[in-house]
Amino acid sequence: MADPMKIRATMKGDLADVRVLMVHPMETGQRKDASGNVVPLHFIQQLSVRVNGRLMIEGQISQAVARNPVFSFRLKGVKAGDSLEIAWLDNRGERSQSVASIA
Amino acid sequence: MMAMNPLRRISLRLAGALAAGLLLPLRAFAAWNKEAFQSRTAADALKGLGVAASSDSKDIVIEAPQIAENGQVVPVEVTSQLPNTKSIAVVIEKNPFPLAAKFEFGDGALPYIKVNVKMGESSFVRVVAEAGGRFYTASKEVKVTIGGCGG
Repeated sequence: MADPMKIRATMKGDLADVRVLMVHPMETGQRKDASGNVVPLHFIQQLSVRVNGRLMIEGQISQAVARNPVFSFRLKGVKAGDSLEIAWLDNRGERSQSVASIA
Repeated sequence: MMAMNPLRRISLRLAGALAAGLLLPLRAFAAWNKEAFQSRTAADALKGLGVAASSDSKDIVIEAPQIAENGQVVPVEVTSQLPNTKSIAVVIEKNPFPLAAKFEFGDGALPYIKVNVKMGESSFVRVVAEAGGRFYTASKEVKVTIGGCGG
């Protein structure tokens, strides 16, 4: 199981500001390690954002997203206490899912 | 003292795991758009996304640094003010694989995204938004001092 995400979701007026940090190397397949070997491609490909189980945002990304990706989103029609669930899946089939309450 | 009921112990552990988000139903994802993401040119990436024609729009706002000292982490913030924006794609024209991200917004999500990307060299960052069944585009040039793809 991958490291848990760090999620911060706070109401600002009638919008929820969501910020999520995913712990992932996001290897481009072009980088070489200290001994000169190419580090294989390893990156998150898909992610989703759900509120109370309802799909709100679906994302697909490439290896061009920076290491330990941070995303910000904005949601409306939600309220403090709603359950926010974020999931990702990478090119090796590793995945992570985390839940937070909107504050 | 009475021994702890093993069933209760298991259910407590289950509750703890649930709280930690370990027992969520596994979420399925739509297939990753291999054709678009593995494209080597911006034109092919757009074709892979099904963008046949697009018009320039001032209603797509891109915030990104004019000069990025470190190409490893370049913050890109996109807001679409086009009504009924369904998706936003970020294409870094000079990256080896230009398509960096595509987000689809359902009811309740604002057409807004902030993401940190890697840039190999100075390039235009192009955003394509789909709204009302049409495609709109805007771009912003980012100059990169130290590239962030190899290393």
